[in-house]
Amino acid sequence: MNARHQATGSAYFIAKETERPETHTLSVVVDNEPGVLARVIGLFSGRGYNIESLTVSETEHEKHISRITIVTRGTPHVLEQIKAQLERIVPVHRVVDLTVVAHELGHEKPLERELALVKVAGSGEHRVEALRLADAFKATVIDANIEHFIFEVRGRTSTIEQFIAIMAPLGLVEVCRTGVAAMTRGPEGM
Amino acid sequence: MNANAKAGEQREMTGAEMVIQALKDNGVEHIFGYPGGAVLPIYDEIFQQDDVRHILVRHEQGAGHAAEGYARSTGKPGVMLVTSGPGATNAVTPLQDALMDSIPLVCITGQVPTTLIGSDAFQECDTVGITRPCTKHNWLVKDVNDLARVLHEAFRVATTGRPGPVVVDIPKDVQFATGIYQSPEVAEMRLSYQPKLSGDEQMIEAAVEMLASAKRPIIYSGGGVVNSGPEASRLLRELVDLTGFPITSTLMGLGSYPASGENWLGMLGMHGTYEANMAMHDCDVMINIGARFDDRITGRIDKFAPNARKIHIDIDPSSINKVIHVDIGIIGDVARVLEDMVRIWRASSGAGDKAALDSWWAQISKWRARNSLAYSPNKDVIMPQYAIQRLYEASQRAGKETFITTEVGQHQMWAAQFFGFEEPNHWMTSGGLGTMGYGLPAALGVQIAHPDALVVDIAGDASVLMTIQEMSAAVQHNAPIKIFILNNQYMGMVRQWQQLLHGNRLSNSYTEALPDFVKLAEAYGCVGMRAEKPDELDDAIDAMIASDKPVIFDCRVANLANCFPMIPSGKAHNEMLLPDEATDEAVANAIDAEGKALV
Repeated sequence: MNARHQATGSAYFIAKETERPETHTLSVVVDNEPGVLARVIGLFSGRGYNIESLTVSETEHEKHISRITIVTRGTPHVLEQIKAQLERIVPVHRVVDLTVVAHELGHEKPLERELALVKVAGSGEHRVEALRLADAFKATVIDANIEHFIFEVRGRTSTIEQFIAIMAPLGLVEVCRTGVAAMTRGPEGM
Repeated sequence: MNANAKAGEQREMTGAEMVIQALKDNGVEHIFGYPGGAVLPIYDEIFQQDDVRHILVRHEQGAGHAAEGYARSTGKPGVMLVTSGPGATNAVTPLQDALMDSIPLVCITGQVPTTLIGSDAFQECDTVGITRPCTKHNWLVKDVNDLARVLHEAFRVATTGRPGPVVVDIPKDVQFATGIYQSPEVAEMRLSYQPKLSGDEQMIEAAVEMLASAKRPIIYSGGGVVNSGPEASRLLRELVDLTGFPITSTLMGLGSYPASGENWLGMLGMHGTYEANMAMHDCDVMINIGARFDDRITGRIDKFAPNARKIHIDIDPSSINKVIHVDIGIIGDVARVLEDMVRIWRASSGAGDKAALDSWWAQISKWRARNSLAYSPNKDVIMPQYAIQRLYEASQRAGKETFITTEVGQHQMWAAQFFGFEEPNHWMTSGGLGTMGYGLPAALGVQIAHPDALVVDIAGDASVLMTIQEMSAAVQHNAPIKIFILNNQYMGMVRQWQQLLHGNRLSNSYTEALPDFVKLAEAYGCVGMRAEKPDELDDAIDAMIASDKPVIFDCRVANLANCFPMIPSGKAHNEMLLPDEATDEAVANAIDAEGKALV
């Protein structure tokens, strides 16, 4: 009965964690006002939760509503706490665990996409190879001269990771990533 | 100024005027504060009106705890007003205190003018940044036209749902600026904040069914019952009477069920009674009403009520399953949920297993007979427990409505164990944060709200020195608070832990140079008293209560008394250290290596 405890937080009586950690994607709908992002990420650092990816932008301009997408990792018990703690924040309208929703709909994961800008510099064979691989990944060249390319690549997190890994030996200079944008499949809104 | 703005009206006024108007419109009669450069326009408005009375403290921390005491004893929000920079940072301790004990506290801070924010101006600090994790919500108001709405929202957030502290940070130029004031009725309400008050009916039915099936039930109530209001305490008593179940309470919940009540087991937890903790450990159904499974309550989590099915009522969804997994979690206001629960219990005729309950009570009687609060009386030296018993008897003799506040430490636990609380809102203590220095200013706040009542701060000699300066405020405002110091010249609880954990090496827990508290009282212009022998105690306490002035009472108690019973760190409820077993050797070996890492 009492085998479930937080792995994090202020427990003085730390018991062994028996649940396995899972990666979940949360969508947090908030009033877009000063300090709201600080409240959300302050909660994660203050209570010792993980953030693997964070994406935020205003999505409904008239209502000043922003949507924050957070990829986090924790045991089911910690994930339940994260959701409950986020919902306590006054400007938070609602929190949806997209991973749970996806599971309910029979999918493994929600739809997730990232965009990355990847700068690669080099010459000769490396340069040709970089361009060929970029083509295979459907990456676009958005800037180039005779010494470098900047690729724009889109896809799942795993695709982006793979692309960056491949570019590493071919003269990778710099990477910038947007973080994950996510949505559940199907016609229903969140 | 526009003192007569009617409900629903919109009027033009300055930001500083709006602050006073919003206080009035939210029913505020008293505020606790300390002036400074960035709040001078608001203080100028305070000067020009009589509706809101300002209580000048001597340190901003004192204002915060006084407002907490005011709030806890009235059920209304406490309000504090402080300046920017150090004024705001000094408010941090009471804000966190109020957050952990769910006290409605509205803190208004001044800020440097908007044009100077971010320039490291004189007395500038990032108030909303600093107070973000220690408030339920906070606001920096940059436009005077937002000010009224924000202030009304601040009161709403502080007092509804799970109550808590809020900060409204107002730059000085916004206080001077003129804008439109909206009354609470017309001000826009925030959609994202909608606390859930009614519990799920099906869950409540399932809970009643579970309670009815119990053979060894226990009710464990907490501060949420007090916060929910007097109706919640009334319904709690009704539930206990209906079911015949035993009831225990956390430190924060004392008084919701009367200490003289038949089914009362005393407080539970680290320094709770043997019968309460044993009953918690052995129960088969537990209902937690407005408490949060704090670590001082649960002891070792994996041995907490190992055979019990558990029900938890809490207004804060994040409290459910945070520490202890429960079988039924009911999210809602205690009074509303209990109302449904009592109704459903009444409707289910013959609910409860009477025979099983009788044998459960027989078992509890055996634990009770263990007399876990026993101590050895002494003819020559005042035992601290004895002093509190005599104080309780004297307050009964005096027949006055009595409010008790405490500081933090051994005296706090003895007060909880030995002072009988019959009503909610009459016991003010820093439970979650454990703030030494809470009790004296809290007593000031209580006395301001209840000028004719007896308000006693049961204090320790160490804690009381942390906010002793507020005696000056008590004298100024004719608040006849009684500071009853159990003076053992030690930080008693620190010393007790050093004896338990650190081989009796009493590192820095002895106070070498305490002030003469009687002379100190006289220096502040209040009454100083001292008792050193048990036979002097009753007369001295009666004289203290009879005084119409603030009193500092230096009660010299046994220096080395320790607080028992006790659940040592890392131990379960059924592994208590009882007073008659607490030999030096038992104390030294009570906590094993694993427990030593835990506080």
